[in-house]
Amino acid sequence: MSWFNDYTLRTVILGTSLLGLFSGALGCIAVLRRQSLVGDTLAHASLPGICLAYLLFRSREALPLMLGAAFAGLIAMGIVSVTQRATKTDPNSALGTVLTIFFGAGAVILGIIQRGHDAGQAGLDKFLFGQAASLVTSQVVAIATIGLISLFVFAMVFKEFKLLAFDPIFAESVGLPVRRTNIILTGLLVGAVVVGLNTVGVILLSAMLVAPGVAARQWTDQLVKMVVLAGLFGCLGGGLGAYLSTVAAEMPTGPVVVLVLVAWVVISLIIGPAKGIAFRAKRRQEATS
Amino acid sequence: MSPSFWLYLIASLAGVTCALSGIYLVLRRQAMLADAISHSILPGLVAGFWIAHGPNLIAGFVGAVAAGLTTTMLVEGLTRTKKIANDSAIGLVFPAMFAIGVIWISLQFSNVHLDTDSVLFGEITLAVFDRFVIGGRDLGPQSVWILLAALVLNIAYLVLFRKELRIATFDADHAWLQGFDSRVIHYSLMVVVTITSVAAFTAIGAILSVALIIVPAVIARLLSNRLVPIILVTLTVGLMSALIGTSTAIAGDLNIPGLVSVFLGVIFGMTLLFSPHQGIIAERAKRARQRMHFAIQSLLIHIHEHENTPEEATESTLEHLSDEFGWSDSWSHSVAHNAEKRGLLSLNQPIIRLTEKGRKEIQPGN
Repeated sequence: MSWFNDYTLRTVILGTSLLGLFSGALGCIAVLRRQSLVGDTLAHASLPGICLAYLLFRSREALPLMLGAAFAGLIAMGIVSVTQRATKTDPNSALGTVLTIFFGAGAVILGIIQRGHDAGQAGLDKFLFGQAASLVTSQVVAIATIGLISLFVFAMVFKEFKLLAFDPIFAESVGLPVRRTNIILTGLLVGAVVVGLNTVGVILLSAMLVAPGVAARQWTDQLVKMVVLAGLFGCLGGGLGAYLSTVAAEMPTGPVVVLVLVAWVVISLIIGPAKGIAFRAKRRQEATS
Repeated sequence: MSPSFWLYLIASLAGVTCALSGIYLVLRRQAMLADAISHSILPGLVAGFWIAHGPNLIAGFVGAVAAGLTTTMLVEGLTRTKKIANDSAIGLVFPAMFAIGVIWISLQFSNVHLDTDSVLFGEITLAVFDRFVIGGRDLGPQSVWILLAALVLNIAYLVLFRKELRIATFDADHAWLQGFDSRVIHYSLMVVVTITSVAAFTAIGAILSVALIIVPAVIARLLSNRLVPIILVTLTVGLMSALIGTSTAIAGDLNIPGLVSVFLGVIFGMTLLFSPHQGIIAERAKRARQRMHFAIQSLLIHIHEHENTPEEATESTLEHLSDEFGWSDSWSHSVAHNAEKRGLLSLNQPIIRLTEKGRKEIQPGN
């Protein structure tokens, strides 16, 4: 087990597994509420936040950049929600509009930073495109901190989330604070996105959020089990992906993790007992014979 | 011709072409498919270059269009299993495609400069110097010709399929009853959007091409419900933001695609606030009007009920309204004075009295 003694490798695998755990569990929010593309929007929209945080603090420490990303993400989701509530704009249009505008604004600020030629900015775009292979301990600690806080909050609002996800009209009629719960749930997604940006980057992030939840859905019909399974799948997929990418082949970590998770979705679709294709075929056969 | 002339030409062509291809995409509520397609063409480009042993334009183009179509079909197929929601399918397929592209690049082209940054952000300033030369004659930048071809394709598609697009978008049931398969329109539209994204993104990058596809049509949708005005506004917004964004970026030495998106954002924000059709301010004003109207009606009915009764002296006073309706004093005042201004009641005496017009206002059938 030589890889276990390799400090860098251990950090990368630990960080990616933790990320998979958190984004998998929290991603169930997005999967069940038909908000899978929110993760993609949040990830893109974080760019101006990251750049502004860098300009403000002049540091590439993970925490200030994550805070900047979270701030920009929340503003972006606020605009999406105002647009949808005030006008007849459909969710896809609102998300696409906000995503591209925020990312464009981020590109402008990034251009200004890069024009400055100061040495500190080198690698700022790595934050954007993922840098799993160069994860350091402080980043893993940041991932664990934000992730644990998010999971704790998720557990607190779990009952409300359950109602909102399956019967929003009933939830409203029994006096559930729908708007506040919505804001908290969106905040949790922001947390998951911010944690993931560091590792897999903007584009691959939506798969980190969505894939474990979709796979878990094929194995169970119960919400608690789904969230636990999604966390487990995310964790295992993240760890396996990181291991494969560095040990078995010289490949970029983020994409390998995503492909491992997507492959598991396909397998779950076919053999998963809850809604699996194979299971349904077997049942049909039993019914006819 | 000077480089900056070509720069403006490329930007405006990209603006108009992308905006045009986004109209039906937005009307069909599928805007995020543009985002998905723009990312998932990466493995297609790589495959094309791999087959052609180098950055061959046509091979890359064919590969990218194939990848765009593959994405569309995978999303459709996954959604049709009914085990994955459409948004989850999109959110899974395009990162997977992009991941394949990135891995392939790292395996095959680690020595070639094909980095994901420039795919995302675009290199419009470099696009000017990629010339199209035939038989020794310089015909201008390649991007201009590619974008022109894409523009012609978009116009031809919108004109030739105008009837089918309209039926499939606005009345899918009717289309189905007529024996017309809406999927034909879905896939053909995706082909057009893919070709447009590929044509635009070598010049302006993936993200700006998505911005120019989605945002102008969304803005137009906020301003009108009718197809022809929507097309005109979409084209104007696409062209204007491309031109203004480019010129400002050149003047301030800023990122051109980024600034064009920012200008799209400014126009979107203003439309969201001020659109007379469904803008936030218009909507607020409408709600305030309705609230005032309802309050006046309630007040008139209340006064009318207690007219010439012993309780009138206490019931029909301005001060009593806060107890009766739970209104604040200032709101009671503004409702009563508003009603007086409309000539519905008179506030000259201690007791509020209805005018003739006020009596008519609350008569049944009015």
